[in-house]
Amino acid sequence: MSANGSTAAATWAQVELARHPDRPYALDYIHAMFGSFFELHGDRLFGDDHAIIGGPAAFDGRTVMVIAQQKGRTTAERAMRNFGMANPEGYRKALRLVRQAEKFQFPVISLVDTSGAFPGAGAEERGIAWAIAENLVAFARARVPIITLVLGEGGSGGALGIGVGDRLLMMEHSIYSVAMPEACASILWRDIARKMDAAAALKLTAPDLQKLGLVDEVVPEPPGGAQTDYGLAADAAAAALTRQLASLEGIEIEPLLEERYRRYRSIGVAQ
Amino acid sequence: MFRPKTRYVALPSPRAGVGEEVDRLTCARCDTALEPARLTAALGVCYRCGYHFRLRAQERIAMLVGPDSFVEEDSEITARDALGFKDSQPYVTRIEQSRAKTGANEAVTWGEARLAGHPLVIVCLDFAFMGGSMGAATGEKITNGIERATAKRLPLLIVSASGGARMQEGMLALMQLAKTAAALGRLAAAGVPYFSLLTDPTMGGVTASFATLADVILAEPGAMIGFAGARVIQQATYETLPEGFQTAEFLWLHGMIDLVVPRPELPAVLRQLLDLYTRSGYHSDFQLEGQARAAATASALRP
Repeated sequence: MSANGSTAAATWAQVELARHPDRPYALDYIHAMFGSFFELHGDRLFGDDHAIIGGPAAFDGRTVMVIAQQKGRTTAERAMRNFGMANPEGYRKALRLVRQAEKFQFPVISLVDTSGAFPGAGAEERGIAWAIAENLVAFARARVPIITLVLGEGGSGGALGIGVGDRLLMMEHSIYSVAMPEACASILWRDIARKMDAAAALKLTAPDLQKLGLVDEVVPEPPGGAQTDYGLAADAAAAALTRQLASLEGIEIEPLLEERYRRYRSIGVAQ
Repeated sequence: MFRPKTRYVALPSPRAGVGEEVDRLTCARCDTALEPARLTAALGVCYRCGYHFRLRAQERIAMLVGPDSFVEEDSEITARDALGFKDSQPYVTRIEQSRAKTGANEAVTWGEARLAGHPLVIVCLDFAFMGGSMGAATGEKITNGIERATAKRLPLLIVSASGGARMQEGMLALMQLAKTAAALGRLAAAGVPYFSLLTDPTMGGVTASFATLADVILAEPGAMIGFAGARVIQQATYETLPEGFQTAEFLWLHGMIDLVVPRPELPAVLRQLLDLYTRSGYHSDFQLEGQARAAATASALRP
């Protein structure tokens, strides 16, 4: 019991680090890692969602298409960005950017940081589930390399909606889960206070997910977490992205797509 | 707003004697005590108010496809506890209980069958097995069904009833969204038609993956369909939810589904769709070229 208790406490410390208010957000990484980021706005259907941002940027002598979930730092920015919880328009903007990346053969770098897609009436009316599902197919079939890096929180379908690709990287203190621990505790224990038990049971830390074979690389953070030194965190992330991108660029597109298909096809196959 | 407190999972099985489980058969919407035999004859639709009871997978399949035409696949595939998950009960216990209760190994049943003379692949989720939730074995069976339809160029029908991804399998469950969606991407590229029937309830990760990726989306009357649950939305936003929020009818009004189909009309609607979508669109050689191209694409996609 004490072992379980300490595991739960240690896992919960990871959850809190992943959500640390001073943790670098997507734009902090983007400005540190890429040059000449040009943000594109709008889904061309309904509106512009500031919880998901993106556009072309320079990276190591090439152009990449960046798609990212952005939480807000100040109260006003949090409101504007809806705390990083995207509506359908965010996912449809991401779809537009993936299509454009294919057109110009820009590799896609997807930066995940969200507690989940926005649970709102308007999001449901405008088909949030439809938008995410369409992205799963579009990302699975996009004829350019795609690397996903989880910066902080990877929240369920809301994260996966920009998260399908050839490589999955996670920052050392980030988390990725089928449901946030609070939601899981509420559903399975019918008691949100059991969130620490839920967090431990879900196996949501970067090392746990690497052990499950879902994560290709865990990117080291500075001691104490990325919030202590944005520069070091971004340097480590950039180095990992450079290495992974180089390994993907050497693969022809058809074998790459086949490998991407197998990557997901093989998850959870009964032994 | 229509939101009955309790809903019953299954009709008396076709093999059970009439009158069994009699106490369970009260309409969840109009509270009428219902005669099991009459309810069964009415396909599980309340003959007073039209409320559609939830069906077990085998009941649904028997209702839709030709008698004795269904050949089940993968019935031996069962859930595994890859994470060592335990909430108030160990997941392995929950799996055992669900197997004992439902007589099935997983929350989905699939196979090949014939509907109005058309061969097809039918995949049917079962809410009685852990709320129809999608774990790794569930996703594996669904994907096997999709790949069979792709390989044999058979129209695909998926009947959904699910609370979403299965918590107890963590990220292995979430990744089944990507797996099923990727397989449907190949089915679509091969030009094979896919019809999705959304039944009560279809929520969460199932709505955000295979259930909504169809060429034609049908839903049963009154079915609750959505991504986030109404309670979660109210807790997060304090919004007053509109009348009929997340019902099939609501989603139809918002352009998210093609047709709300009362259960007795389903076989005729599916027959019409199969007739239309398996017939060629040209009276010329272009059609043959198109078919050859689609077949070449399909074979190129095969492993």
